[in-house]
Amino acid sequence: MANAQTLDRIFELVTPFNKKGIELQADTTFATDLDLDSLTVMDLVAEIEDAFDIILPLNLLPELETIEQVADAVDRIVADND
Amino acid sequence: MDLFDKFDPLIAQKSSLPFEKADPFKVVMEKVLSETVAIIDGRETILAGTNNYMGMTFNEEAIAAAKEALDNYGTGTTGSRVLNGTYSGHKGLEKTIADFYGMDHCMVFSTGYQANLGMISTLAGVDDYVIIDADSHASIYDGCAMGNATIVRFKHNDIESMEKRLKRLPEGVGKLVVVESLYSMLGDAAPLKELLETAKKYGCTTLVDEAHSMGFCGEKGRGLCEELGVEHLADFIVGTFSKSVGTVGGYCVSNHPKFDVLRLVCRPYMFTASLPPSVVASATAAIKALERSGNRRAHLWENARRLHSGLKAAGFTLATETATSPIIAVCLPDPLIATKFWEKLLLNGVYVNMALPPATPAGYNLMRVSVCAQHTTEQIDEITRRFIATAEELGLNVKAA
Repeated sequence: MANAQTLDRIFELVTPFNKKGIELQADTTFATDLDLDSLTVMDLVAEIEDAFDIILPLNLLPELETIEQVADAVDRIVADND
Repeated sequence: MDLFDKFDPLIAQKSSLPFEKADPFKVVMEKVLSETVAIIDGRETILAGTNNYMGMTFNEEAIAAAKEALDNYGTGTTGSRVLNGTYSGHKGLEKTIADFYGMDHCMVFSTGYQANLGMISTLAGVDDYVIIDADSHASIYDGCAMGNATIVRFKHNDIESMEKRLKRLPEGVGKLVVVESLYSMLGDAAPLKELLETAKKYGCTTLVDEAHSMGFCGEKGRGLCEELGVEHLADFIVGTFSKSVGTVGGYCVSNHPKFDVLRLVCRPYMFTASLPPSVVASATAAIKALERSGNRRAHLWENARRLHSGLKAAGFTLATETATSPIIAVCLPDPLIATKFWEKLLLNGVYVNMALPPATPAGYNLMRVSVCAQHTTEQIDEITRRFIATAEELGLNVKAA
């Protein structure tokens, strides 16, 4: 379960990409709910990387479908870096 | 469950494009009259989307060499380079390319795609990192996917974005930075000097793909690294024969002392048939000709600048502010207009490449023109005129687009 602070920060980062204006939840999916194409996902990933000062490897992305999954991955990477 | 069901969205998307008399996926060159003119659907058509930048497909020396190789060696090698597929021509071609670049080693692959696939997947292992530009060609992405390294992307041509990510990498790991010198869709040039200097500052090995710059950038046509004087910062340079060289195949050159071990570990080199001797012979002749083609290079750049300024003056929106390459990408407002424009332009006798999202960076809808050194000035002006006529026929106000 992702850290609440991490989740909140990711909600903030996703908000500018939420063009459909749907209510963001932990289980909101990037492709289906937010309708983000791969290029937009790339921009979002860059924002997340810079906000948390981490690297979110391209290899991980296929497994990260929801906001919560991304938050979990961010927490894991931050913990590994410490 | 039909395995093809997953392709239904793509089939639906393709079917929704309103082509009436021509379809970019069904263009057939019935007869190729020259480097710049072909018969398509019975009409004489100016070829302005072939990547044949230096017009080497009809180079007399390349054709003569290919014919001689056909007579002497037959139509193919029927084998991999590591088995029966290495002929004297293959070794001669590798020496020609190594000499062209002034480097110690060269490995020739059966396509440019396989050159990137092989180099990236082999060089970077499970504990290593590959750092790539987000707009990289599919062959770079596929090379990353085929290997076991961790893949990190930075924003297109953004030095700061690259440096931020290099700073975050663990210490003591292997790091391979892969960049293209000219990007094929928009024709924009990379800030290679700054990118390579930054990569070196962080101890990275560097690979530069010169597929779309070899032949016409630099005094000898070696590419953008030569033009910018940064060849010493590129540990590996990859290129292709299917653009300026005018045939098919790919290569990698390097000064790395252990380079030749790649012939024993690089799967896209080992497990595929080697190039036919005729292709090898024409590539060898074409590269030698390219080296001394200063006038042709100058004319290519004149053509690119003339087309860029002509289309810009007509009001078209272009992907680059100036002609940074022979790729002149014209931006159209939406996929529907792009589709109609491409079809009408072809019916008006000009063949260009249509490129739509998601295949394009930043979601551009492009008419991608690639200029050839063998285009005459009159042909360049004719391409511009037919672009303008096509826009008028479609009622497209390009100045407002």
